Parts: sequence; structure tokens; C-alpha cells
Amino acid sequence: MQPFKILDLEPHEQHHDPKDYAGALPRWCPGCGDHSALNAVQKLCYDKQLPPERTVVVSGIGCSSRFPHYMNTYGFHGLHGRAFPVACGVKSRRPDLHVFVVTGDGDCCAIGAGHWIHALRYNMDLTVILLDNNVYGLTKNQTSPTTRLGEHTNTHPRGAVVPPLSPLTVALGITNTSFVAQTVDWQPAHVYNTIRAAYEHRGTSFVRILQRCPHFSAHIFDAPREDPSLLLFMEHEQGISLEPAKLQKFPNRMTHDPQNLDEARAIAEREDIYPLGLLYRNENAVCYDDFTSRGLGMPQAERQVAIRTAIDKFVI
Amino acid sequence: MFADLLTRNGNGIWTVEIIPAEIEPPKRSRAGASGYRIRIGSHAVTNAGDTADIVVAFNEQVLYSRIDSGALRPGTLIFTDGSWLADPNERVAKQYMDAVADFRARGYIVITLPIAEECLKYADDVRKGKNIWILGLLCAIYDLDQAPVHQNITNRFSKKGEETVRKNIALFSAGYEWALQHVEQRFHIPSIANTKPMVVMNGNQAIALGIMAAGIEVCSMYPITPATSASHFLASAFEQVGGIVHQAEDEIAAIGFAVGCSYAGKTAVTITSGPGLALKTEFIGLAVMTEVPLVIVVVQRGGPSTGLPTKVEQGDLMAALHASPGDSPKIIMAPATIEECFHFMITARKLAEEFRSPVMVLSDANLATGQQPFAKPVFDPAWLAPPLDLSPVEPGSLPFAWDPETGLSRRPIPGQRGGEYVLTSLAHDEHSHVAYEASINQRAMRMRSRKLSVLQSALQPPALHGDPEGDLLVVGWGSTLGTIEEAVDRLRSERKRVSSVHLRFLSPLEPGLKAIFSRFRKVITIEVNYSDDVGDPYITEESRRYSPLAQLLRAHTLVDIDCWSRVPGSPLPPAAIEQRLREELSKVVA
Ligand SMILES: Cc1ncc(C[n+]2csc(CCOP(=O)(O)OP(=O)(O)O)c2C)c(N)n1
Ligand code: SF4
Repeated sequence: MQPFKILDLEPHEQHHDPKDYAGALPRWCPGCGDHSALNAVQKLCYDKQLPPERTVVVSGIGCSSRFPHYMNTYGFHGLHGRAFPVACGVKSRRPDLHVFVVTGDGDCCAIGAGHWIHALRYNMDLTVILLDNNVYGLTKNQTSPTTRLGEHTNTHPRGAVVPPLSPLTVALGITNTSFVAQTVDWQPAHVYNTIRAAYEHRGTSFVRILQRCPHFSAHIFDAPREDPSLLLFMEHEQGISLEPAKLQKFPNRMTHDPQNLDEARAIAEREDIYPLGLLYRNENAVCYDDFTSRGLGMPQAERQVAIRTAIDKFVI
Repeated sequence: MFADLLTRNGNGIWTVEIIPAEIEPPKRSRAGASGYRIRIGSHAVTNAGDTADIVVAFNEQVLYSRIDSGALRPGTLIFTDGSWLADPNERVAKQYMDAVADFRARGYIVITLPIAEECLKYADDVRKGKNIWILGLLCAIYDLDQAPVHQNITNRFSKKGEETVRKNIALFSAGYEWALQHVEQRFHIPSIANTKPMVVMNGNQAIALGIMAAGIEVCSMYPITPATSASHFLASAFEQVGGIVHQAEDEIAAIGFAVGCSYAGKTAVTITSGPGLALKTEFIGLAVMTEVPLVIVVVQRGGPSTGLPTKVEQGDLMAALHASPGDSPKIIMAPATIEECFHFMITARKLAEEFRSPVMVLSDANLATGQQPFAKPVFDPAWLAPPLDLSPVEPGSLPFAWDPETGLSRRPIPGQRGGEYVLTSLAHDEHSHVAYEASINQRAMRMRSRKLSVLQSALQPPALHGDPEGDLLVVGWGSTLGTIEEAVDRLRSERKRVSSVHLRFLSPLEPGLKAIFSRFRKVITIEVNYSDDVGDPYITEESRRYSPLAQLLRAHTLVDIDCWSRVPGSPLPPAAIEQRLREELSKVVA
């Protein structure tokens, strides 16, 4: 096999400033948790010096899905619920691109649920950020699949009637899932470390961010904000860490080996606490990219011969 | 194998695969018909024709479904399998005898074959032997030499060992001998030896091969009849030319994946049938809106809803034209022959990229499963997509720098420095910035629509079959080409003033249609589609619903175009069209 063609064109090293990653001025509400994710991704791009022209942020539709517009990279602000198939398609023949997926709880867990499940199974090299505000923001306060039982919304003014699904238990239940983590928007250092670990993992890294929506679901994360002991900080040398000073702020900590899937599932099932950090990582999961990138290096001449041979097979 | 032999001899053929909709239809039921229909000629054969001269019915009950669909005529020679007479179930033997008596009463000539008895002389399993025995029988009746068939059998079975080859040749010779001794009918169809290298394949294989030759690297699909066999072929052959088939979790994901791939610079194809098209519409709208090149193949089947999954219809024209919320100008092409199935894929990719647009290619179940020989395509390396150009673009270049005249623009591809932009499905300006201003929306819509007129200006008016003026003009599209032209030719040989024209582009339409139509006293579309018949209860000239092509052409040309369309689930036979045209002519000329 010849070396992969597009890599030959890798531009000369160029240093990028933080501002090189900033696109349009974000138009999210003040205090919206989405800002926190944007800051972390921009900082990650800078720290990793990702070439903006080789970085693609794919999203669906929703407040959260406006994300790509606020980056100065390539972006794809597509259809409600359909970010995953697009991102997989982008990555399929372009392993040289750094692909991020940004999605909301309606986008990912309702209309896009089928794609979400299969994207986790395909395990292509994507960094996925689910901004979960427990509500539909853009369309103004409807029940989402993660809305808690009894929460009042415009579609359930007397309270949501079905218990929410847990994105973590779903993700951990999918065969070939390779990276599941959770963080909270009000802990920027942890958001950054989580997204960084996700980016560094090869495979589909699924990060759920508990995201405040001061506009429609202002109070929902008040409890863990006011009482940090409701956050269960998972510690491990293979996990996501924080500097010791910051770690002190989390009184409720446990050691959890991210290779331990059963324990990860047990933690995700708990309804009394919010797990924080890396639940699960499997570096040996099958990556569908290994299949989709087949034949990429095939020289034109060889290809032409192969096409002629294919036609010849039908000659009578 | 029989069709294969004939094409090697230089005969023209057209084959139709008869597929039951269910995997395991009830045994010996009328619904269970599965088989092949082969029309043979000295010259190129362009359609499945009218009634059959010969039928081999392994099961006489199943034959009733063919009789019901009008595939036989008095005088048709039927071979039935007499082994049913020995069936342990007495009812079966009785059914068989009743059917044979009934066939004779209907005027068919019935010859009972001792298939089991004959085959067991050479094979342990009748089921494995009878096809080759029948092949022998047919070759004798069609006056074909034995030697080339022996060679063919040897090639086909050599992998399984000498013993298998020997058995099959014995079976073949036995069938041949049996026919010589017991059957007096003979058909001699002269053939003209092929001078050019020929290929033979079905429409789905042609599409798949066309995809490969077009330099497309990704086919993203979800299985659906009758489109799937194209993906099956690709799945086995695509890797050899460096491509992949992605089987997605549903049709929406299939097109989404293709869009992502195209956005990243590698124009992809997604292939489906009507119900899948329905699911893909939101993404088709996105591809129009964001000007992502994409090839969408729709192998049409009977609708609406799940409809007739294995049967032919042309009912998705309007669905294709309007696939998407809002206005969605897109390119739609329709191959009329299996050869065109191949070549249109190459054109489709090129147009998709040059016009930054989705291109839909509408085929149907008739093309998909029909086999036809055609001149071997001479592969041209220029058909392949050029390698990705990822060189930096001028800083500040716009992702939608619409040429004010043509609406065309160059698209940046991820990897190109200076071209960074955020594609958005929302209304946008040249920067791809979300824009709600009235003037911007009007302009952007105009630019996307303009591209179709630009393409139309590059097309030729369609060629007429027959004289450029007359009493009646038939308009068709897609797989009905051969059958319409055959009906027209039969009438023209009687000096009737009838011509036909066949459209390959449905969006934009080929130019000059109004002028062509104006030179005929009447214009009528013939389609494998539904339309109301005036005179039926409640159906008047005013309330009548026209078939899709007629609707489209009426709206486009303001000519009072009539339609005749039927949905039998099988190709329209030329005789039925001929009869209808005769009636129309008598009305026009009166
Ligand atoms: C096919 C389709 N259905 C519905 C909508 C309307 N819609 C837009 S965003 C949205 C929900 C957004 O909620 P979420 O994904 O949780 O994102 P958030 O706005 O909260 O960030 C809906 C229902 C749409 N754009 N497309
Ligand atoms: S509505 Fe909620 S989610 Fe949307 S921008 Fe405002 S705070 Fe953020």
C-alpha cells in the first residue's frame, strides 16, 4: 500500500492562537451551560494545536447544536437527531480529520436515539458531547427523554409522566461501547479534563455533560451544585483526574477502575448520586473506521485495472 | 444458463425475473410463481414482449398465476412435470390431471415430462438434476448445438469435480435426446455473431458497476427490495476497486452517512426504493439546501406504502421531484435501458459535483432484474473522480460564492485551509451564516433553482422515434422504452402517424418539449403507474387524477396531455400498448 494520499498534503507546521478557534460570538443565554463545553473544546484544540482546517464539528438541531457556528473550524449544523450518521460519514474516508459531535438530550436520546445506539456500536473515532439540560431548549420547554418524573414543561404542564432514561446506562449497555464519562458544566476544569480524555481515546468517546439551562430548567441541578457530596467523584490512575486542590471540593469519592464494566453499570444505575468522571474505557473495542477506510491508499493505476477486470467479468 | 448460451450465440435476449413477494410462499400455490421469462430474438430485444411460445412449468398450479396475468395464448406449448402423478397424496395427482385437462381446454398444447424418472437415471436428487435436463430439452427444441453447452457445463461445474461434470453432461444429453424423440415442435432463431465484445448483466449490476467506474468510493444503504441486489454485488466487488458498502441502521442514517462522506470530499451514493426514499427526504432537502453533491439511486417498486415489493412501477417520480420540505430543485435522471443504468452513474456523479447538487437516478424493478446484452463499456480513466484537492484556498473565500448568472459555486472541503465554514441546514448567505432576512432567502433560493436552468441549457432536445410530426405522440420514461417503441413500430408498419419520445431527464426536463408536442394532434404518456379512467363512477375530465409524468408535463408545457397507465405489477406488454394507441388513433383521426 502506498502512503495515504491526503497526508502528503499536510500543511507545514503552523502555530495557532486560542482566537484561531473562536468563531461567531455565542448567542446562548447568559449562564447557559453550553458556554462551558465550548470553552473546553476551544482550549483543547489550542492545547493540541489541531489544525482548524482538519477539525470538523458536527451537530444536529437545538440550542446545543449551534455549537459549530461558535468554532472557527469546519462545521456541519445538520438535521435534528442526525448528527451521528453524518459524523460517521465524514470520518469514513477521512481518517485525517478530527471529528467532534455535539448533541442535545432531545437530539441524541429522542429523535436520534437509533443513530446514537449504532454510533456507539460502530465506535468510530469521534468525540461526542451530549449537552443534557433535561429539556428541549430551542423549541421552548418541552419534555425530553431525560426530563425527571413530575417536572413541569409545556407539553406536560402537570408534570412529566414517564421516568427518564439514563444516557449513561444506555451507553454502557451497548455492545462495543468504548468510552463513557460524565461531567458537570459548573466544574470547568473537570469538563476540560473529561473532553481531553475523550479526545485522546481512539473510538467513540461519549461524554454526557449535565448542562444548566437557566431559561427553562433553571433549578434542576441546584441540589448537586449546593451539595457537592451528591457528586460521586470516580478516582483511578486510568481515570479522569483533577489537581489535588480542586479534588478537595469533592467530599464523596470512590476508586473505580474504568475497565470494570459491571461496576460502571452499577454506578450508573444509582439514583441517589451523580457520578463524575470516567465510567468505562475499552481500548480494544473494534473500530468501524478500520473497515470504512479500506482501499483508501489504492493507487489510481491499480484501481483502473481493477475496474476493467470487474467489467470484464460480465463479458460473454 | 440458457439465456447465457443464447447471448453467446449472438441472439438478442431480454429476461425478466419472476419473484414471489414471500420467501416461502405456500407450496403449489398460485401466489408462489418464481422463475424466469426469456424473450429471444435475432436482433436486440428491448422488452419482455407479449405472450409466451413455450412454458416449462415445474408446478402446474403455479402456472395459473401466469395464465391469470395474460402471459400465455392459445397454442402456447406447455411442458409440465408428470412426476406429480406419482405423488403419495392422491389429491395432488388429481389436481394435476384436472389442470392438464383445463390447459388443453384453454387451447394450450401440453406435453407431460417424466422428469423424476429421467433424472434419477443420472442423479441421486431430482431437484439438483432437473434444471440441466430441461436445458437439454430446450436446446434441442431451439436447435442449438450440443458441443458449446458441454463446454459451458464443464466450466460451470469443474470446481465440483469430474464426477459432477460427467453427471451433468449426461443429464443434458438425456434431456436433449428425449426432446428429439418425443417433441416435434422446433424453433430456429437465427443469430448474428457478435462483432464487438458484449457484456450481459441486469440493471442493478449495471448500476453497481457504474458506481465503481464513476470513481465513487462509498455506497451507503439499508436493504430494500428491489434495490438490494446492487449492494450485494457491490459488497462482494467494491473492495477490489478500493470502495466500501456501509449498511446503515436505517435509510435516514444511510443517506446521512453518504452526505457526511460527500461533505468531506468523497461523493457517495445511497441506493434505495420507494419506502426508503420517503425516509430520506429530509436529508435530500439538506443536500439541496447546503449544495452537497450526492447520488441517490431509487429502484422503484409498486407503491404506495410497502406495496408490491418485488414488482415494477414508476410511481416515485413525484416523490422524487418533491422529496424534501419546501422547494428543492434537484437533478433527476432515468435510465431507459440496462446499458444506460451503467453510463448514467458516471454522468450522475459528474453532474452532482459540477452542480453541487443531489442527483437522483430513478430505475425500476423491471430494469433491476432484467438481463440484456450490450456493448462492453470501454472504461475511460477520466470517469474517475480526481483525487481530493486539499490545497489551501484564498483566505476569505466564501463557501457559497454564487455566480450571479448561473448560481454555481465552488465548495471548500474539510482539509482546505482558508475554506473553514459551518455548513448549516438553516437559510444562509454566501458565508453560510444563518440568515433570516427576506432578501437573502429569496436570492439563495433563486441561485439554487437557477442551476437547473443552466443544466437544461446544456441538454439537447430528446430524439424522436418516428416522424417529427403526426397524429399521436407517445411520451414515456424509464424501463418502458423498448415496449413503447415496439408498439409504435408495429403501428408505423401500417403507416399510422404515430411517434414516441422518451425522456431521460425529469428535472430539469429536456428542452424543446413544447415545440415537439405542438407537432402532434394528440400527446399521451404511457406509464406503469396509476391514473383514473374517465367514465368510471365519479371520474370526470375535471376530477380525474393523471399519472405522474402526465401531471408533470401538463404543468410544464400547458399542453393538454393525456395518459394511459396501468399497475399490473409486471411490464406493460407491447400488444396492450399497441391496442390502446390504436383506439386513441381512431379517436384522433375521426
Ligand atoms: C425533524 C424535526 N423535528 C422537530 C424539530 C424541532 N426541534 C428543533 S430543536 C428540538 C429539540 C431540541 O432539544 P435538545 O435536543 O434537547 O437541544 P437543546 O435545545 O435543549 O440544546 C426540536 C424538537 C426539528 N428541527 N426537526
Ligand atoms: S434556552 Fe437554555 S439551552 Fe438554550 S441557550 Fe438558553 S439556557 Fe441554553
